[in-house]
Amino acid sequence: MDTLADSSVYADAAINQGLSKEQKISFLRDLCRIRRFEQTSLKYYNLGKMGGFLHLYSGQEAVAVGTISLLGENDHVITAYRDHGHALCRGMKMDECMAEMFGKATGCSKGKGGSMHFFAPDKRFWGGHGIVGGQTPLGAGIAYALKYKGLKACCLCYLGDGAINQGPFHESLNLAALFKLPVIYVIENNGYSMGTSLKRSSAYRGSLAQRAEAYDMAWDVFQGEDVYEVRARTQPAVERARERSEPTILEIRTYRYYGHSVADANAKKYRSPEEIERYKTQHDPIQIWRRHLEAEGLITEADYEEIDRQAREEANHAAEFAEQSPFPSDSEIQKDVYYEVDHQTEAARHGTYFFNT
Amino acid sequence: MALLTYREALRAGLDEELARDENVVILGEEVAQYNGAYKVTEGLWKKWGDKRLVDTPISEAGFIGMGIGASMLGLRPVMELMFWSFAYVAFDQIINNAGCIRYMSGGLINVPIVIRGPANGGTSVGATHSHTPENLLANMPGLKVVVPATAADAKGLIKTSIRDNDPVMFMENTLLYGEKWEVPDEEDYLIPLGQADVKREGKDVSLIAHGRPVLTCLKAAELLAAEYDIDAEVVDLRSIRPLDEEAVLATVRKTHRAVLVEENRPFCGIDAQVASLIQEKAFDDLDAPVGRVSTIDAPAFYSPPVERRQLPESQRVIAKVLQIC
Ligand SMILES: Cc1ncc(C[n+]2csc(CCOP(=O)(O)OP(=O)(O)O)c2C)c(N)n1
Ligand SMILES: [Mg+2]
Repeated sequence: MDTLADSSVYADAAINQGLSKEQKISFLRDLCRIRRFEQTSLKYYNLGKMGGFLHLYSGQEAVAVGTISLLGENDHVITAYRDHGHALCRGMKMDECMAEMFGKATGCSKGKGGSMHFFAPDKRFWGGHGIVGGQTPLGAGIAYALKYKGLKACCLCYLGDGAINQGPFHESLNLAALFKLPVIYVIENNGYSMGTSLKRSSAYRGSLAQRAEAYDMAWDVFQGEDVYEVRARTQPAVERARERSEPTILEIRTYRYYGHSVADANAKKYRSPEEIERYKTQHDPIQIWRRHLEAEGLITEADYEEIDRQAREEANHAAEFAEQSPFPSDSEIQKDVYYEVDHQTEAARHGTYFFNT
Repeated sequence: MALLTYREALRAGLDEELARDENVVILGEEVAQYNGAYKVTEGLWKKWGDKRLVDTPISEAGFIGMGIGASMLGLRPVMELMFWSFAYVAFDQIINNAGCIRYMSGGLINVPIVIRGPANGGTSVGATHSHTPENLLANMPGLKVVVPATAADAKGLIKTSIRDNDPVMFMENTLLYGEKWEVPDEEDYLIPLGQADVKREGKDVSLIAHGRPVLTCLKAAELLAAEYDIDAEVVDLRSIRPLDEEAVLATVRKTHRAVLVEENRPFCGIDAQVASLIQEKAFDDLDAPVGRVSTIDAPAFYSPPVERRQLPESQRVIAKVLQIC
């Protein structure tokens, strides 16, 4: 695999030419932070510190880092349950994310959402959605609101290769094309939905993104391991959304190193160890980006080690923060259900809202 | 009697029905090659092959609807939902098609489908994955709803549900899959729908429940006996619709006190119906108001220790019993 040579065209793309040294290094920092954050969460998950599921993004980091790096102050992001990478790229803090997974009161959702349900509307990050495909109409809706408000902006809506077979996604595509909504559907195609390979889950011609043609919508397919490529190929979609208010489907080919979730007992049965190893050694987004920066003379090996060390330290610190934080109190259970009740408004004065047995 | 897990008992029931009737086909996400997300169907694809065990894409509205359509032609599809929470994207198919077609056709069309999978809280998977829709579905005449609490009931009820000529919504529990119970060895172990089961005899108070809360009640009953000298009877509804009204009334007439325990939220929960039944048909037998213990009324809290307390715990059952005894 001659990834570096292939990607020189992408490094030269206008959108990448304008990058400063600091920006490029910040991408490396983000890639490392996502990886280290998840390795730390895996460790504590295995120690029984978290409940539920843990879906790791390791191997896919360049997709979130590359696409989100293109966004401006009016642009928005929404994704599925494999949401740690997108959340950190949107500026959510490791502390609040880790504490959320520990189920602590200091978590981003006060311990109410868990790993699959991170939210930060102040950072224009709308989740974190556990129902496969459930976020795709919301992505169209965010784009609808942006257009309604007259903003030149877009919404990036991520989904998996398995999620493309949900009815609401198809309905969303029609709506997005019909109403000319500035939404970009990013299919993170990691080849599997749980233990089911793409071939066993989906009927399609050419590529998944090509389904866009049925809706007369623009589309593209490319590799998601090199931040340069992801940025260069995503930028036209961002422009199309912002300038012409038109939707796009992007299919970004990527790979997850771990099982579907940490509870995936068959993680090494439906994929060969060789396949997993090949991605880790030849297509790792962190190593590919690091080599770019070293080749360009922007960092030394020691710089990389230091960036990675800082990421690890930040993640360890987040775990300490989470450990030391208190659990939510039971009085929290019936808060955040209704706005009117939480705010004791006039509307909350009539009738019974909660039925306690 | 064999000691089987809830999961193994279900699997044995499915296996026997696959053998008995060639129209039985199992469809769902990861049911075949992956052996089931919760391993209920483990080994069945290997034994029965591609025709009888079918992996579907993540398209619940589509494949549940497809199963309903196939059942109209006489297949007996057993649809696995990885979680009942995912049925919500298929509600139109379940309610408007499975629930209404027989009626709207004036009885010309039958829908002998089973839709099964876990429906429970208590595993910290958050609000979207912790729904218990037995009350929503039991509200729809045309649908049947079954919630087994033990391995033996799981086996006997799944077999009956598959042979039933109406759509049966079959709700399991991820926290029970690994638990073991004695399961009768008899050739064809069938439990009729609509038949409750007294899981513990008692004379002072009736604890009426379905699903995992039955086990919570059994635990509470032991503590009530040991610490308060209260002899509780535990009645497992097993089937929600049809509902064994006689069993409910009989236990109330015996103990004169009832505490209803469920994992549903209280508003329009199953126990709202059961309470209404008791006050209407056994009012004179009651020595105290009917008590209810449900999940604390809010979406499921993620944080593991808080979610545990949000669910009906035995301590809350005991406190409620002490209020009325
Ligand atoms: C409606 C619904 N059905 C099933 C599931 C269970 N489930 C969660 S993720 C998943 C696989 C999704 O695969 P894909 O869309 O490719 O995303 P990836 O996990 O690869 O990121 C399944 C079946 C769910 N959460 N929601
Ligand atoms: Mg996938």
